[in-house]
Amino acid sequence: MPRVVIASSDALELTGGVAEFDVEADTVARMIRELDGRYPGLGEEIERRMAVAINGEIHQDAWMEALPDDAEIVLIPKIGGG
Amino acid sequence: MSDLPEKSLFRVVGTRPIRPDGVDKVTGKAAFGADIHLPGMVIGKILRSPHPHARIVSIDTRKARALPGVKALVTADDFPDLPDVDFEAGEGAATLRDIAHNVMARGKVLYDGHAVAAVAAISPWICDEALALIEVKYEVLPHVIEVEAAMAADAPILNENQVTQGLGAKPDTPSNIAKRTVLNRGDLEAGFAEADMIVEGRYRTQPVHQGYIEPHACAASMSADGQGEVWSSSQGQFVIRALCAKLMGAEMADIKVTPAEIGGGFGGKTTVYLEPVALALSKQCGAPVKMTMTRDEVFRATGPTSGGVIEVKLGAKKDGTLVAAQVELKYQAGAFPGSPVGAACMTALACYDIPNFLITGWDVITNTPKVAAYRAPGAPAAAFGVESAMDELAERLGIDPIVLREKNGVRDGVKASYGPTFKDIGFQETLAAAKAHPHYSAPLAPGVGRGVAAGFWFNIGGESTAAVHITEDGSAVVVSGNPDIGGSRASMAMMAAEVLGLAVEKVRPIVGDTASIGYSMLTGGSRTTFATGMAVTQAAEKVVAELKVRAARTWDVAEDNVAWRDGEAICLDPAKDNKPLSLAALAGHTGKTGGPISAEVSLNAQGAGPGFGVHICDVEVDGETGNVTVLRYTAVQDVGRAIHPAYVEGQLQGGAVQGIGWALNEEYVFGDDGRMQNSGFLDYRMPVASDLPMIDTVLVEVPNPRHPFGAKGVGEVPIVPPLAAVANAVRAATGIRMMELPISPPKMRAALDAVAQAAE
Repeated sequence: MPRVVIASSDALELTGGVAEFDVEADTVARMIRELDGRYPGLGEEIERRMAVAINGEIHQDAWMEALPDDAEIVLIPKIGGG
Repeated sequence: MSDLPEKSLFRVVGTRPIRPDGVDKVTGKAAFGADIHLPGMVIGKILRSPHPHARIVSIDTRKARALPGVKALVTADDFPDLPDVDFEAGEGAATLRDIAHNVMARGKVLYDGHAVAAVAAISPWICDEALALIEVKYEVLPHVIEVEAAMAADAPILNENQVTQGLGAKPDTPSNIAKRTVLNRGDLEAGFAEADMIVEGRYRTQPVHQGYIEPHACAASMSADGQGEVWSSSQGQFVIRALCAKLMGAEMADIKVTPAEIGGGFGGKTTVYLEPVALALSKQCGAPVKMTMTRDEVFRATGPTSGGVIEVKLGAKKDGTLVAAQVELKYQAGAFPGSPVGAACMTALACYDIPNFLITGWDVITNTPKVAAYRAPGAPAAAFGVESAMDELAERLGIDPIVLREKNGVRDGVKASYGPTFKDIGFQETLAAAKAHPHYSAPLAPGVGRGVAAGFWFNIGGESTAAVHITEDGSAVVVSGNPDIGGSRASMAMMAAEVLGLAVEKVRPIVGDTASIGYSMLTGGSRTTFATGMAVTQAAEKVVAELKVRAARTWDVAEDNVAWRDGEAICLDPAKDNKPLSLAALAGHTGKTGGPISAEVSLNAQGAGPGFGVHICDVEVDGETGNVTVLRYTAVQDVGRAIHPAYVEGQLQGGAVQGIGWALNEEYVFGDDGRMQNSGFLDYRMPVASDLPMIDTVLVEVPNPRHPFGAKGVGEVPIVPPLAAVANAVRAATGIRMMELPISPPKMRAALDAVAQAAE
C-alpha cells in the first residue's frame, strides 16, 4: 500500500493538517480520486497546483503513472521555470 | 545506473555544429516581433497609469476617438470580465482575472505603468496624440512598494477581497499577504541546541528585470468572423494562443499564433501583455495592428522578478556537519499574487542534507509590476542568503568552503529538503570538479578576494510535440512547437540526425505555428532539449522503423532481417546479397513502397533530472569608488550529457552574467511617489561584455537515464550561485559581508567608509 506524504503546507488546510496517508491506489489518477474522496477539494488542489514525486522522480500531470506498492510518493508544489 | 549508450558511440550528439538559424540572425534577416509588416497595418499604443495605486473614476475617450487617423480605442470594457479561477498556462500561479486585469486595468490601477487604455491609429504620432486626449480621472490611493511595509497591519490594501492563505484558520480581514508556505523537518529547537556554531543573517534583494534585448512586440489581425492571427515574440505560441482566446472570449482553434524569432525571454515572455490588446483593437477597426513596447514600458509594465527579504540561521557541529537551519523568505509578487516564493522555499536548502529545518515563505502583493518568471524563479535570492551564510559558517569554522559543501552536500539516496529522495544527481561530482579546477587553487593577488557558491534547480519535462518528415531527396525536416531561445533548433536537429544516421546539415529544424504542429508547453523551465528532444527522438525512431519496413519491401525480406546503421538499411538475410540502401535511396521511391515517410509524436515527458552548479568568483574592490570588478569567474555544472556543448556553455555563461548583474548593479529604484526612476538601460545598469572577463565553464556530465541521450536541463541553474559567489568574494576581498544587493559602488563605498570610521 503506497504511502503519500505532502511535503509543504500548501494543501494542509484541506486535510486538517494531516500530511501522510496510506492509499489503495496503483496509479496517480486513482490516488487523486481516493484522496479527494477523503478530503473533498484535495483532488482539485493536487491536479491544479501539485506535482507527484514517485521514488524521487517528479511527475507533473501524469495520471497514468504507476504507484508501486512500496513507493515513496511525495506531493510537492508544481514546478515551472524561466 | 544507466542503460544509455556510451558517449563515444554518438556521431552527432556532443559535437558543435553551426546553428541552423545563425546566418539569418547575424545578417539581420531573422524576423523578430517588431519586424512583422502586414497589408493595411496600423499601429497600436497603450496609455499607462502615472500612479502606483489609484481608483479609476472615469475614462473619457471621446476626444481621442474623434481625432483624424484614430482607428480604434479600447479599455477594460472591451474585454470580458473573467472569473477568479486558476489558469494553467505559462509559468507561475495566476488566475484568469488577474491576467486580464494586468493586461488592462479594471476599476483600479495597481502600479506605475499599468495599462488603462489603448489606441490604434495610422501612425505612432497620431497614437501619441490620441493617448494624450484620453481623459482619465483617478482617485489616488496610498501605495506600498517594499515587501515588509506591505505586510504591515496598517499597510494600504491593494485587494480588499484577498485574505492570507496557508495560516490554518481563514482570516477575516484582508491582507497584502497572499499566502504563507511552510516546509519543515525534524526538531528545529533540538537541532540548534546540538550546534556548536550558529550563524544568522538578514539579506535583501531588489526587483530585477530579465533584461531581454528585444522589447515585447506583436502584430495581430482579427476578422469579422472572429478568426484571429497573432505574430508574436514569446516563449510559447500555444500559451499566447490560450491566453488570447480566454481574454478575448474566443475559441482557441479560431486563433492562430505564429512565433516570431525571440530576442531573449528568460521567463519574462511566458505571458501576454500586448497580444490580446492588439487583437481587440484589430477586431474593432478591421485592420491588422502592430504594437511594440518601448524599453520604458518593458521596465514599468512587464514582469521583473521579486525583490525580497531572506533571513537565514544555520547551525553546525565543529566539524562542519549542519544540524539545523531556519529560513524565512518574504517576496514581492507585484500587483497580483504569485511570486516565486514557493520555489524559493523548495530550493533554499536543496543542496544540503540537514536533519532539522523550518522554511517559511510569504507571497506579498505590492504596488509594483506583477512579477514574471525569471530563470530558476525564486532560487537566486534564496541562495544569496543561504550560500552567504554557508560562507560565513566556513569562515568561522576554519573549513574550506567547498569542503564544507561536500560534507553536507546531497547525493543519491538523500531525502531532498522539498520531499523526494534524490537519484542520479551530480552535486558531489560538481563540487569535486570545482575544487580541482585550476581557478580554485590559483594564487590571489593582494586585495583580490575569492568566493564560491552553489545552486540547485529541479528542471521539468512536460507536454511536447515534434514531427520528423523525410523529403524526397533523403534529407529531413524536424518540426517542433517550441520557440528557439537558446539554440534548440540545433539540438533538435542533432538528436534527429543521431537517430536517423544523417549528417546534421541534412536535417532542417522548423518552429511551427499553432496550426501546423500539435501542442507544446512553452520554452522554459529548462525543458525543451529534454522534453521536446524526447519527442523528436521518438519521432525519428518511428521514421527509422518505417525505413526498415520500406527496405524490407524493396528487398522482399522479412522486416526483422533489416537493420539500420549509420543512415543505411542493412540486409541481415544471409540468403540475400543486397547492398545497403541509403536513406536517400529509400526516400527516392517512397511512392512505390507505401507513400511518404513521416512521424509525429506527442508526449508528456517525465524524468527530468535536477541540476546543480558551483561557481568560483574572484573580485577586487576599488577603495575610492566602491566599484567591484570581477576578475575571473568559473561556472561548473552537472548538465547530464551536453547535446551541443557550445550552447550549454553559453547557457552557463549567460546565467552567470545575469546573476553577476543582479549582484553588482541591477535594481528597480522607486521614488517616494511609487514610480520607477530608472526605466532605461542607462540607469538600470546591466553588465556588458567590457565589464566582465570571459566566463570559464566546466561541464560535468552525470547522465540522466530518463533521456535518450542523457540530457538534463541546464538554463536555470547558472543564475542561482552568482549572487552569493560575488558577495562571498567581496567579503574575502574587503572583510565586509554585504547583506543587501546590488553591491553597487555607492553602497560598497558606504560600507567601506563605515568600516574605516569604526576603526578610527
